Amino acid sequence: MTTPIVPTAVNAGQTERASAGRVQLDRRVPPLGGFTLTYLRIELARKLRNRRTLLFTLIFPVMMFFIVGYPMRDVPLTDTAIADGGPSVAAFIMVSMAMYGAMMSATQTGASVAVERAQGWSRQLRLTPLNPLVNVLIKMIAGMLLGLVAVAATYLVGAISGIQLSAAQWISTGLVGWLLASAVFTTLGLMVGYLVPGENAAQVTSLAIVLLAFIGGLFYPVSSMPDFMQTIAAFTPVYGISELARAPLTGAGFDLAALTNALVWFAVFLVGTVVFFRRDTKRV
Amino acid sequence: MTIPSIPAIHATALVKSFGDVRAVSGVDLTVQPGEIVAFLGPNGAGKTTTIDMMLGLTPPDGGDVKVFGLSPRAAISRGLVSAVLQTGGLLKDLTVRETLDLTASLFADTRPVAEVLDRAGITDIATRRVGLCSGGQQQRLRFAMALLSDPGLLILDEPTTGMDVEGRRAFWNAIRADADRGRTVLFATHYLDEADEYADRIVLMSRGTIVADGATAEIKNLVSGRIVRATLPDADASELSALPSVDDVSVQGDRVTLHTSDSDALARHLLTYTAARDIEITSQNLESVFLALTSEGVSA
Repeated sequence: MTTPIVPTAVNAGQTERASAGRVQLDRRVPPLGGFTLTYLRIELARKLRNRRTLLFTLIFPVMMFFIVGYPMRDVPLTDTAIADGGPSVAAFIMVSMAMYGAMMSATQTGASVAVERAQGWSRQLRLTPLNPLVNVLIKMIAGMLLGLVAVAATYLVGAISGIQLSAAQWISTGLVGWLLASAVFTTLGLMVGYLVPGENAAQVTSLAIVLLAFIGGLFYPVSSMPDFMQTIAAFTPVYGISELARAPLTGAGFDLAALTNALVWFAVFLVGTVVFFRRDTKRV
Repeated sequence: MTIPSIPAIHATALVKSFGDVRAVSGVDLTVQPGEIVAFLGPNGAGKTTTIDMMLGLTPPDGGDVKVFGLSPRAAISRGLVSAVLQTGGLLKDLTVRETLDLTASLFADTRPVAEVLDRAGITDIATRRVGLCSGGQQQRLRFAMALLSDPGLLILDEPTTGMDVEGRRAFWNAIRADADRGRTVLFATHYLDEADEYADRIVLMSRGTIVADGATAEIKNLVSGRIVRATLPDADASELSALPSVDDVSVQGDRVTLHTSDSDALARHLLTYTAARDIEITSQNLESVFLALTSEGVSA
């Protein structure tokens, strides 16, 4: 469709002075709802130069592994001795810390979507062809990539410190931990972000994650907690996903309760996200 | 006006309420390609809400708006319309150039980033973090972003807010040059001199409706003459408007306001033949016309 521009009588005089080419009205729509690698690259660059993000997502898990996990490298996790190929407690901590990094990245990503919305950036983006869902998708991918880097960094440090696992264990714990942490905690971040818009969202979620990680057994095995704490822990959101991620390590096998925990929390955060998002929209 | 082409903006009976507040009540507006239209009105007149509906940011409760014959969203997807809004947020941790690279990547076709940096006069701060830019510089960045898609229609909501005099002049020169290339521009502004100087047409909005719409020269014709105000109990509006040289009469309680082309004769008449007192004579300007048209209880 080509639409010729017809100058009005009013500005016909100015039109004669026209120099550069005319404004074209025959336009294309970008493919994929505006999904571009440029946006993804810039999102990643933003994360990598944000010192706080790097500290909590990459440095903190590696550091915690050294402080808590490394001294336990000779303590067997199961009845199988380490010499016989059994996993150490250090491996357990390594998986936990890797998940912590993935959780942090996912939560901050979720929260940032809401924060940027509160700051009006989403409104600015609505003046472009970018589909709002594609925007969230791009940010999720960037968050998951950083989470993957956190998992890989922790595992690399673990491997260098002498942790020995089978290839299947390395891959399954890493993949399950990364994917579950990303799914559950991106939605948690989104929910908190819509609930507490503004810069406070990041602080609130960071604090919540540390507490949830503690009670969910990331820093301290749930089995070593007092009985009543163990009962509470089993109902918290980090518990389910971390049990599932570490199952290949402990040989505990598939745990229906842990899966239920993970699915229920994912559903809760998803519903919360939708509810608070709608409330937020109404207010605006 | 020549052959009707597809209008840049075609709004019919737009209505929007927020709760009990009716922000826009029945706006009809057609803007032809190439026009530069100033959108004037006091705060709360419904300008921003109307602009939001033109951009598809707010769905209208009633009525319809088309941009180049398309829905606002479809027009935005094609880069046919872009805007500089008061509320558009920016990412503070990006540089100016990154913000433009990102925005450019979202469109199918864009002007080069270097070109829009130059056009907006921010080439020298391209590597600066947005959070370190002044309000005026951020406003120019928004302008540069709006130029990327080389839109057929550019909508500006109080675009020069925060700019200094020099920035404002450079901004309008850029807009004017664009209009010469056939770009349609609709801008909301508080600065009446901006509307007067840069618009071909002025649309006055008040209380959610358009109260005056005409070529800038027409609106300026309203400015000629003088306003005579007097205290006149039991004034008869029809009798007053029948007086020679009186164009417009409004009565509020004991106070009458008369628009006239001969204030001397009118004052003489009022003082000689009526009980009028406290006579006050003022010359008109766009500001007073604006106030008269947009304030309450004014006859058209």
